[in-house]
Amino acid sequence: MGANPASRWGLRVLGLGYLTMLLLIPLVMIFYKTFEDGIGPPLDAITSPDGLHALKLTLLMVVIAVPLNTIFGIGCALLLVRHKSKANPVIDAIINLPFAVSPVVIGLSLFLLYGTGGWFAFLGENGIKILFSVPGMVLASIFVSLPFVVRETVPVLQEIGTDQEMAASTLGANGWQTFWKVTLPSIRWGVAYGVVLTTARVLGEFGAVTIVSGSISGQTQTLPLFVEKQYQNFSLPGAYGASLVLALLALITLFAMNLLKRKEDA
Amino acid sequence: MGISVEGACKRFGDFQALDDVSIDVPDGSLTALLGPSGSGKSTLLRAIAGLEDLDSGQVTINGEDATGKPAQKRGVGFVFQHYAAFKHMTVYDNVAFGLKIRKWKKQETSRRVHELLQLVQLDGLAGRFPSQLSGGQRQRMALARALAVEPQVLLLDEPFGALDAKVRKDLRSWLRRLHDEMHVTTIFVTHDQEEAMDVAGQLVVMNEGRVEQSGSAADLYDQPANEFVMSFVGEVNRLGDHFVRPHDMTVSLDRDAGDEEAMVQRIVALGFEIRIEFVLGDGTEVWAQLTRSELQKLELREGQIVYLRPSQTKSFSGDSPPDGRGASTPHDPQGDDDAGVPAAA
Repeated sequence: MGANPASRWGLRVLGLGYLTMLLLIPLVMIFYKTFEDGIGPPLDAITSPDGLHALKLTLLMVVIAVPLNTIFGIGCALLLVRHKSKANPVIDAIINLPFAVSPVVIGLSLFLLYGTGGWFAFLGENGIKILFSVPGMVLASIFVSLPFVVRETVPVLQEIGTDQEMAASTLGANGWQTFWKVTLPSIRWGVAYGVVLTTARVLGEFGAVTIVSGSISGQTQTLPLFVEKQYQNFSLPGAYGASLVLALLALITLFAMNLLKRKEDA
Repeated sequence: MGISVEGACKRFGDFQALDDVSIDVPDGSLTALLGPSGSGKSTLLRAIAGLEDLDSGQVTINGEDATGKPAQKRGVGFVFQHYAAFKHMTVYDNVAFGLKIRKWKKQETSRRVHELLQLVQLDGLAGRFPSQLSGGQRQRMALARALAVEPQVLLLDEPFGALDAKVRKDLRSWLRRLHDEMHVTTIFVTHDQEEAMDVAGQLVVMNEGRVEQSGSAADLYDQPANEFVMSFVGEVNRLGDHFVRPHDMTVSLDRDAGDEEAMVQRIVALGFEIRIEFVLGDGTEVWAQLTRSELQKLELREGQIVYLRPSQTKSFSGDSPPDGRGASTPHDPQGDDDAGVPAAA
């Protein structure tokens, strides 16, 4: 299978062609369109107060949601792999929910829960504003990006097994020392990959955040919402420019991860 | 002193891994836990280390009750079949792990680690990672790591199981020499009876979660407590109710009273040792172990009718004893003395 050079080349062309058509060309188009009229218009749009605010807010989402989901993800993976129980398949299925449910539905469910008449409506009535403000957007971001660290960490934990941890305990390490000195270093690449995916997801999240934020310019608008608003207002340079910033942020995340990995392999 | 286990029971679901097991391991001895897979030997070892909780029973290490203690407080060194090397640490850091946990000073740690690496002949490789070592080297590193914290007892779980035959033999004799130098009470688990007899001074034979018999290699071979021990520690033929070792079969061309008539089915030359397979009148297949010169004297060929006489047989009343302590006494038609079979504590 695949030893035939013709079929090998055929597969390569097919694979690369597919990627080019679906991923590369659209991204290149954005790049091209952004700078069609020079660097001025997109730069102005991004450095406008609303644009800068959207960028800051997006980074704030990342700074809050990613660490929380990382800690939760590692803990949850440890629970699933190291503490076998009958509840585990249920927990496992619940963790996958954000993958299965459309982000819009997630946003709507948060809206129902915290909005007027919802179970947690009392929070808003007592001055703790969740909807149309940052806390609600953080909740939505955490919800949609929750499974990544768990999903990436579970197989690595399974693969390393428990021998190293048991060896550490016979050498006198307590649970905490074993985790920091043995378990975490062994799973760090799985965790790092989960963190990268979580970051990318939080950066780009649109559906759930739109619903809970109300997308108020300069207040509850993240970069993806800013892009959409600019697009709706026919302010295309702003939309393209902000898109490019988003794409660059994602690329930087991936690149940083690759650098770290190369350092590790060396 | 040493290690003692009293009435250990452990169940995994429907599987009784340990069924009222008691053993005594004398201080400073090198003891093998020998048995087929599923016999409970590894579970017993892990229970001694604190890596497995017992359902009931007591573990005493050097006179101190260790039953409820977590592994990290038992002062045991444990060596795993698949090394359990810390893959992200260098050889040096692996060996230094226990010392760093104990907050040793840098200089003392370094001195001790290099001392141990010298002992296990890895002193040039301190900066390597486990992935850059061979299996034998990894296991020696694991041993150095376990010894670094000066454990009261050393426990090895099939330590050579993942290594190839040649390395295995080298490490075996090396472990025995190491034990002669250090005198730390050592238990190692193996399913290989030859390995157990080669390395250990005392053997504990386990089967189906129970101790069948314990004693020296010679005790087990010459005075097996039951059929299981007899067939596990060496080759055996069954003749009716009697068990005969293949080297205790006398082959002759003339019939004597009580001889079994047999036909030579196959002659296998294994170097010095010759293995001859026979089939008896009732269809039973047995084999005898002869030397080259014995074979030459007899001039046997395949298909020939000969007469077999066991020079020594054993028979056992019933199967393995219910209390699992190997108390049944072999009775020997040839009049071997029934010197007490050492029972497990």
